[in-house]
Amino acid sequence: MLDVSNLTVDLPTPAGTLHAVRGIDFTVKQGETFCIVGESGSGKSLTSLALMGLLPKGAARRADRLAFKEQDLLSLREHRMADLRGNRMAMIFQEPMTSLNPVHTVGGQLEEALLRHQPVSRKEARERAVHLLDRVGVPAPASRLRQFPHELSGGLRQRVMIAMALMCGPDLLIADEPTTALDVSIQAQILRLLRDLQDEFHMGLILVTHDLSVVARVADRVAVMYAGNFVETGPVHEIFRRPRHPYTQGLMNCIPAPGKTPPGGRLGAIAGIVPSLVGTITGCAFRNRCPFAFDDCAHGRIDLAHIGEKHHSRCLLPERQAAANAGRPELWQAEEAHVEALHQPWEKRDARPGEPVLTLDAVSQTFKVRRAMFQAKIPLHAVNEVNLDIREGEVLGLVGESGCGKSTLAKILLGLIEPTSGQVLFDGEPMHSHGRKFIARHIQPVFQDPYSALNPRKTVGFIIGQPLMVHGLAGRAEVERRVKELIDLVGLPQRVFNSLPNQLSGGQRQRVAIARALIMRPKVIICDEPTSALDVSVQSQILNLLLDLQREFSLTYLLISHNLAVVQHMAHRVAVMYLGRLVEVTNRANLFQDPRHPYTQALLDSALTPDPDAGVPDPKLGSLPPNPLDPPPGCAFHPRCPKAMEHCRTQMPRTIDDKAGRVECHLHDQTAPISIANKRARISAA
Amino acid sequence: MLRFLFRRLVMAAAVAVAVSLITFTLTNFASDPAIAMAGDTASAAEIQQIREREGFDRPLVVQYADWLSSAVVGDFGYSYRMRVPVSDLILSRIPVTMMLGGAALTFAIVLAIPMGVLAALRPNSWIDRTALGVAVLGQAMPTFWFALMMMVVFSVFLGWLPASGARSWQHFIMPAIALGYYATPAFMRLTRAGMLEVMRSDYIRTARAKGLRPHVVLFHHGLRNAIIPIVSLAAVQFGFMLGGSVVIETLFSMPGLGFLAWESISRADLPVIQAIVLVIAVFYVLLNLMADLANAYLDPRIRIG
Repeated sequence: MLDVSNLTVDLPTPAGTLHAVRGIDFTVKQGETFCIVGESGSGKSLTSLALMGLLPKGAARRADRLAFKEQDLLSLREHRMADLRGNRMAMIFQEPMTSLNPVHTVGGQLEEALLRHQPVSRKEARERAVHLLDRVGVPAPASRLRQFPHELSGGLRQRVMIAMALMCGPDLLIADEPTTALDVSIQAQILRLLRDLQDEFHMGLILVTHDLSVVARVADRVAVMYAGNFVETGPVHEIFRRPRHPYTQGLMNCIPAPGKTPPGGRLGAIAGIVPSLVGTITGCAFRNRCPFAFDDCAHGRIDLAHIGEKHHSRCLLPERQAAANAGRPELWQAEEAHVEALHQPWEKRDARPGEPVLTLDAVSQTFKVRRAMFQAKIPLHAVNEVNLDIREGEVLGLVGESGCGKSTLAKILLGLIEPTSGQVLFDGEPMHSHGRKFIARHIQPVFQDPYSALNPRKTVGFIIGQPLMVHGLAGRAEVERRVKELIDLVGLPQRVFNSLPNQLSGGQRQRVAIARALIMRPKVIICDEPTSALDVSVQSQILNLLLDLQREFSLTYLLISHNLAVVQHMAHRVAVMYLGRLVEVTNRANLFQDPRHPYTQALLDSALTPDPDAGVPDPKLGSLPPNPLDPPPGCAFHPRCPKAMEHCRTQMPRTIDDKAGRVECHLHDQTAPISIANKRARISAA
Repeated sequence: MLRFLFRRLVMAAAVAVAVSLITFTLTNFASDPAIAMAGDTASAAEIQQIREREGFDRPLVVQYADWLSSAVVGDFGYSYRMRVPVSDLILSRIPVTMMLGGAALTFAIVLAIPMGVLAALRPNSWIDRTALGVAVLGQAMPTFWFALMMMVVFSVFLGWLPASGARSWQHFIMPAIALGYYATPAFMRLTRAGMLEVMRSDYIRTARAKGLRPHVVLFHHGLRNAIIPIVSLAAVQFGFMLGGSVVIETLFSMPGLGFLAWESISRADLPVIQAIVLVIAVFYVLLNLMADLANAYLDPRIRIG
């Protein structure tokens, strides 16, 4: 149905022409799912935009052949191409939050897609829109038509995007990272939906993603893209069972896979960075990062070679050696933290491992928010009576869907906001009464986005050393010496001292952020999604570094992440948060092997692992998360809970604390549920 | 919604009181109302007589309270020079100023928005550079000089347009262009920047991915978003034009508020000055309120959650 041959995309840049896509060939058949997987800058998104004719201004598309249903797209004039777009071929984008026009209603935006291409009445278009919204699982579809995009959550907006793409019943659907911005529970739902719709409409589907787990679950055929070219293509089982290209093998060793990598063990890593795509690349584009590269890799042109049934790899390694390399993660040498760089030993405080260093005592944070400009403010319980010990020298994982209050909790612990009620004890003393400077001395953050977390106008040396200056802990010379130590420690080259952040890669910037967090030698580091903005191969390096540092200096981490595989790999204990409350706190083994709270179970069920046989899970998390401004009565999880009982709707569950951990759920409450009247009496007695 | 409106109206009243207090104090310090009222030929005794008769010898606070209590019910007193009620005087002058301001604003918008859109669609092209040139010229050229040049060309040499008065629509052409041209650059820059940003946004890519016609993408999806901040600017600029019409109305001898203000200032006609300043300040606040309401209408994110 789609036949692409030697597709290239060139972008003009001040440095010269950037060859973003360098001659790729592929076909997509009806009813087939073709996945293009690659890291940022690999050219995968530009490939999908090139197919749709939506390349940014200035970008040049060339191909030997670009045919869609036997129609040559290369010679098609723009207005004829527009007749196909949204009609026969449709596209879903990554950013559901920004991909819908904020000033037009959902209904209007859905209907116009159909009205543009087919001779239907507005009424018919509206009926089609309601039908599709219902089909993609939007509750109360008819009433959504009059709503505006900002009134919908991210998951709902992505469903609207999908419905919009399906309005004309396209033959080919291109989805560019359709689930990347979404929570795991919604990710699974969206992927199931795409697969079901594909069967129903018999569409070809091109799925562009960086996530190998998604690829494993949905793809029929896979192309691994690196530096503008496919380096390996083949059926999904072949790619995951017998990866042949060193890059594919490296990627698979980088992701923490439960059962494969031991928790806390070293992850594989791909050293180095992607070569510049300006100008030509001779030989293999991956050779500078490949542990198996040899002399021949630097010369000539390396073609995709047939290595198995429909399986091709762009590599000169002999087949037998490539096969032997596949299952050996130790070949992907991972650099360690350079602890020897520290001249002055890390103060071994009278460390009492296992003792609580931070204690949250019924901490609540309530914000007053206005739903709209002309309405009164109502309270939002972002964090609701959280009790939690964070123990010396442990990695505590904090998981939960977006909007559950994870980041608010992090802000409280960093002293950026003071809790509305309850208190935080640091080493047994109320922390917030000490002021922000004291807190900053002992608790430091590493944030998600290293691109915006570093001041773009300051040098790396200044950024790392600034905390020492602010706190007046060292003179100029001493600061410089310690900054240089830290640069070594986090595995950066010394020359970055005078660099500006924008001269560094994402992984390097995150190392700078870690160095800055460490320079005051804090006890606790709050890592808020430390790797979710990074590529897979870089993520593993940062996780390795964080673990090395934690062990070496008995640091305490609060690791906030939506990536359960990362939490399982890193954390000793895990806390699960739902609508501002901790619903389960227990150690890693208990949580991942025997989750007790139905919400934890659902989260684990929806997490994807790179297993091509597993299919897309169905977490059965009935509806979408409720609006935190209007939380359900009783157990806040009951509307989505598959095991909800009658009294879950009315009574808050008690906290059950036993050997297996802590859980807030009626299912595990052995005593008979106490009546509300009883509870009130007890409260007033106390 | 009602609470919002109420709060804004209270704020408008507070602004009006503050403005009137400042103008009242300043004008009374700047000139002696008794001298101004008596005229140039009056003797010291006559002046003293007026001072006592009109109560100008009372403390300023008392005089202000007196003035304010009448002003609230629309009584601004009598003009010293023209011997007519100030409110009648102002009411008779407002239409000219409003028409001039409206025409100037229309001219600015009609010129600036298409130019801004074209400039944004082809950044760094000749269209963009021309638009930039027009904008820079508008901001660099003093309004009065531009007005004088137009008068010289179109009234004196060509004789196409009348040079003074406000009797027909032709009288408004040159003043409106002179007044509006100064506001054009701000509109154009905002349109250009807004369109550049909007056309780069994800939802425009979505609209294109639906295969929508280029003009639908441009107007229905693009300009519809970029126009929102322009409404706010229009309100501010309109208020500015009402206040800024002093120079233009004087140059073209148009019987509007601005001309009246100029006349009154030169004659130290204090009640008129105070009333005009107050009227324009209230206009300003009301225009801002209207802009907020218009924005709430245009942007559903502000409207209702």
